[in-house]
Amino acid sequence: MTTTAPVPTLYEDTAPYWRAAVEGRFALPRCRACRRFHHHPRAWCPYCWCTDLEWAEPSGRGIVLTYTTVHQPPSPAFTAPYVLAVIELAEGPRMMANVVDCAPDTVRVGTPVQVTFEPRGDVAIPQFRPREETPS
Amino acid sequence: MTLSGKAAIAGIGATEFSKDSGRSELRLAAECVSAAVRDAGLTPSDVDGLVTFTMDGNAEIAVARELGIPELSFFSRIHYGGGAAAATVQQAAMAVATGMADVVVAYRAFNERSGMRFGQVSSAAAHQVNTSGVDNSFHYPMGLATPAATVALVAQRYLHTYGATSEDFGRVAVVDRKHAATNPDAWFHGKPITLAEHQASRWVAEPLHLLDCCQESDGGVALVVTSAERARDLPNPPALITAAAQGSGPGQYIMTSYYRDDLAALPEMGVVGGQLWRQSGLARSDIDVAVLYDHFTPYVLMQLEELGFCGRGEAKDFVRDGALELDGALPLNPHGGQLGEAYIHGMNGIAEAVRQLRGTAVNQVGGAANVLVTAGTGVPTSGLILTAA
Ligand SMILES: [Zn+2]
Repeated sequence: MTTTAPVPTLYEDTAPYWRAAVEGRFALPRCRACRRFHHHPRAWCPYCWCTDLEWAEPSGRGIVLTYTTVHQPPSPAFTAPYVLAVIELAEGPRMMANVVDCAPDTVRVGTPVQVTFEPRGDVAIPQFRPREETPS
Repeated sequence: MTLSGKAAIAGIGATEFSKDSGRSELRLAAECVSAAVRDAGLTPSDVDGLVTFTMDGNAEIAVARELGIPELSFFSRIHYGGGAAAATVQQAAMAVATGMADVVVAYRAFNERSGMRFGQVSSAAAHQVNTSGVDNSFHYPMGLATPAATVALVAQRYLHTYGATSEDFGRVAVVDRKHAATNPDAWFHGKPITLAEHQASRWVAEPLHLLDCCQESDGGVALVVTSAERARDLPNPPALITAAAQGSGPGQYIMTSYYRDDLAALPEMGVVGGQLWRQSGLARSDIDVAVLYDHFTPYVLMQLEELGFCGRGEAKDFVRDGALELDGALPLNPHGGQLGEAYIHGMNGIAEAVRQLRGTAVNQVGGAANVLVTAGTGVPTSGLILTAA
């Protein structure tokens, strides 16, 4: 039984993502041809098949597209209740994260969030916390 | 060239359904396969094909040795967990229709409750050196690991998009358990539930209550597939395979397809449904019984929509109107489904479809001529339409 929280396995295409997180940077691959970010990191752009990618830093802002409050954790490493959410980044890609630094029952579909980093073992996990809406 | 009507299910067999079988998975497999072969009026030497799930622990050759099946000319396995169920019959039918084999047995046997529990998580799964390992690295570290949580995220978006409620999910559980209550083979025989009990059951992962989640079971089910022609000479009325399909959708993952446009849908089941209607030439109104994979209640509502039994977002109204009752417009899971009878990865539902067509089901729908069966959802999946000969 796992008692420490799982860490991601670093693969060739995904390692720079996790290494950036350790440095407190939120980095994603961006296609030099179509200029789109994608997540999770791949060897080529899933939109145009271009292999000319660069690591760039999106805003780290997004919204909660959907969420669940987990009451029955998969292992003792996780303390329930906690919030899992699909975040849609301002730049388009979606990703899985915990919504942290808030009461679980305050999260809603559409809650604005901002990336934050949770150190874990030798890496760090990009997570999200609620963001105050700033008028634009 | 069409597969429709070329092959039939001629035999069904099962073990008892329990929480602790007390015997090996191989013995469960041997028991259900031999029961199915006997039910078909055949002997082990008639069998020349075996097909199962990649997830099954019992190799085709081990089952063949156990039963004294001398030669196999066709063996195959289908991936993606419970999504394989109907596809095992599809593969068997294709093998029979193309002359690769004469009699193919599809089987699934496991100690899913007393052995390795699917509702739990294996930490090793996040570290596989393959594409599943890559996928899992973006889910497991956040604590997304149980099937319930993966479904809850889709279910929440569905509620948000269509204004459905937890009670709409609950109505599926209540119907399943009502049907199981009068099925002596069901784990929940004699144990119906009310909507209030569903609502009062504890949260597993919001918006899923405990009673939205299917049980874990020990047991095995096997299905004998042969040509329609040969099936007509065997003791039981054949269940003709009128349509059989697999489906995977855009941006497909195993339970975590959150990155495609519509989060409140199961497009892989839409892919299956489209093929089933085309192959069979049947209309929705021709279906007398629906055996829909019900590991989690929200996915039953979404399947009704993907298969076109109601419009997008309208399943809640369809279900509220009592359509799923035995005397309703589309009787659902008369055996009690996986929520009520047992969780044998969808194979027990195919056996129920055969009983309905034979007219021997315990909760028989009068004059059932066409039954639609689906496999696991949230994963690449499969489906069948079976027809009384
Ligand atoms: Zn591109």
